[in-house]
Amino acid sequence: MSNAYASPRGEPLLDVRDLKVHFPTPDGVVKAVDGLSFSVRRGETFGIVGESGSGKSVTCLTALGLINRKSAHIEGEVLFKGRDLLTLPQDELRKVRGKELAMIFQDPFACLHPMYRVGDQLVEAVQIHDDMSKKAARERVVEMLSAVGIPRPRERVRDYPHQYSGGMRQRAMIAMALLHNPDVLIADEPTTALDVTVQAQILELIERIKGEFQIGVILITHDLGVVADVAQTVMVMYAGRAMELGGRNEVFERPLHPYTWGLLESIPRVMSKGELLLPIEGSPPSLINVPAGCPFHPRCPHRFGPCDEERPAFKDRGGGHPEACHLTAEDKRKLWVEREAGRTKVAV
Amino acid sequence: MGRYVIRRLLWTVLVVLLVTLLTFVVFYVMPPGNPAIRFAGKQPTPELIAQVEKQFGLDRSLPEQYAHFLRRLFLGDGTECPLYLRPACAIEPVEEFVVLETPGCATGVSGCGWPGLGMSFDSRTAVRQELIERTPRTLSLIVGAAVIWLLLGVSIGVLSALKRRTIWDRLAMGFALFGISAPVFWLGLVALWIFTVKLPFAESMGTGYVEFGTDPVGWFTHLILPWTVLALLYAAFYARMTRGNLIDTMGEDYIRTARAKGLPERRVIFKHGLRASLTPIVTMFGLDVALLVGGAVITETVFNIQGLGNYAVQSAVSADLPAMTGVVVIVAFAVAFMNLVVDIVYAYLDPRVRYS
Repeated sequence: MSNAYASPRGEPLLDVRDLKVHFPTPDGVVKAVDGLSFSVRRGETFGIVGESGSGKSVTCLTALGLINRKSAHIEGEVLFKGRDLLTLPQDELRKVRGKELAMIFQDPFACLHPMYRVGDQLVEAVQIHDDMSKKAARERVVEMLSAVGIPRPRERVRDYPHQYSGGMRQRAMIAMALLHNPDVLIADEPTTALDVTVQAQILELIERIKGEFQIGVILITHDLGVVADVAQTVMVMYAGRAMELGGRNEVFERPLHPYTWGLLESIPRVMSKGELLLPIEGSPPSLINVPAGCPFHPRCPHRFGPCDEERPAFKDRGGGHPEACHLTAEDKRKLWVEREAGRTKVAV
Repeated sequence: MGRYVIRRLLWTVLVVLLVTLLTFVVFYVMPPGNPAIRFAGKQPTPELIAQVEKQFGLDRSLPEQYAHFLRRLFLGDGTECPLYLRPACAIEPVEEFVVLETPGCATGVSGCGWPGLGMSFDSRTAVRQELIERTPRTLSLIVGAAVIWLLLGVSIGVLSALKRRTIWDRLAMGFALFGISAPVFWLGLVALWIFTVKLPFAESMGTGYVEFGTDPVGWFTHLILPWTVLALLYAAFYARMTRGNLIDTMGEDYIRTARAKGLPERRVIFKHGLRASLTPIVTMFGLDVALLVGGAVITETVFNIQGLGNYAVQSAVSADLPAMTGVVVIVAFAVAFMNLVVDIVYAYLDPRVRYS
């Protein structure tokens, strides 16, 4: 396997190996995920970063079996506690879903059924996996709502979703995901639809829960700031592929891929006042016609010989963690230092 | 919830009132010419016209006529009932009425009472009596058809949505296309031809209406064809609508949540998907049923059911103003009432409506 990066401790809980998710459409095959490998360990927050359409969500939905197997061509392995979720029969997978492997989504406004009480929706989630009386299930729901910080949970269980604020709905979703004490929590842009102050609270909540329940968290986001705050490991995705994967400090301080450089330069840093924001030129490629070679090469200022022909392997080229760029580790180090210097110089 | 119902109820009363005013204006104020002239025969004398005008109150001012119309409608017309329609059947002050012989008199049934809708120009019987006789027929037709089309339409729609792009979906949508395109008069006649001419159990399925009270089996067998024919058209619409709604709903985020928490697909569809996709159907259903009260004309005609739709057409053809007014008032009431029912059901189905 090309995934040479190894987290310092623990057995992987979720191990994705060479995952490919292709959707045949009348216009051509959409290669939403194209050869992706990573693993998540207990107690780890694994951040997946990338632009919209880079395959972050599809990866996780595939792991949960929420991508219709008939409409997609799926290859590879998703090993969860030793079982391959991709070959598990639907009925077995259903028992894993929501119990051992839980997911929360981007838009808490749309994720709860508008016509059922929040409490009833959570009670349903309890009862589907555990044989439990309605009363006992309700107790557990109240407890969990209280644990995620819903005030007066005993009264609020009777509310409908539209009576909750956005932050409360996301808390309720988190409570729903935690009802069965899962091993892995997948959070798909959990804070994108929320106010900044609420964002911080939700992230804090997820972090606290991760510690309390000793679970693995996959945090999908396009917001590098969020990843920098809470993730231990970061994977940068582009056009359905991993561009770079490493510990948070490594990726943020010694990034190796020109795409990661672009991402880092396009976000404002509070501490570096007056610094220029440099957007990445161009736009993400169509997933039907992914550029040959490195998918990022049309937008890459450092492209050279092999970039438009040969797909760069995802491996450690001596930079300390795996990445997918033809440049040598030495070149990368030099280029990044130059770019950093140029950026601050312009600002001064 | 209680306050909501009361508020809606008051609105309904207001709407019905407005409709009566509109009806009155449309039928009594706007048409040119004097209805009394048409009524009084081929060569009416001025005296006769005056007499007719007096009899029907056409000589009074319009506001007076409307006030009279309203009073009759809400308080009944027992006090001003023509003598010949009273049970005693006293045909005394002859000159006051143009026609003496009436069916009301013969059977001794009074046509008057609440709600008073006046006398038909055509038959000189009370419109109210006519409507009382016809309404159960139309309601029998509508209720039976509604049950069939709801069951048929929704289940076909669900099947079609879940088996999208399979042979089942194609068949179901082919049926819908047929149901929508086939005219009711053609379908009705074909059904009659097949079941009463070509097949042996002809007798029991013929046209006409058998009263439920006298012969429940006959009521059912005589209605099964009209029910089916009328239901087919609506079932087709409902199937398409259910299909579209369910397909949309199944793409919603909360359906993904339901799946993500590990619910079996059956439960995802029937508890989470169907619930949300049926609410627009409720609205459509209420209005469709209400409009059929006066609108099942073709079905009633083909199967010779002397219902309200039939009466509406007859009275329109003969410019029988009180009869038309009567039908309109009934239909307006039905629409307003079904609207109220729909709103209440909707508030029950969708909590977001309840609190806003």
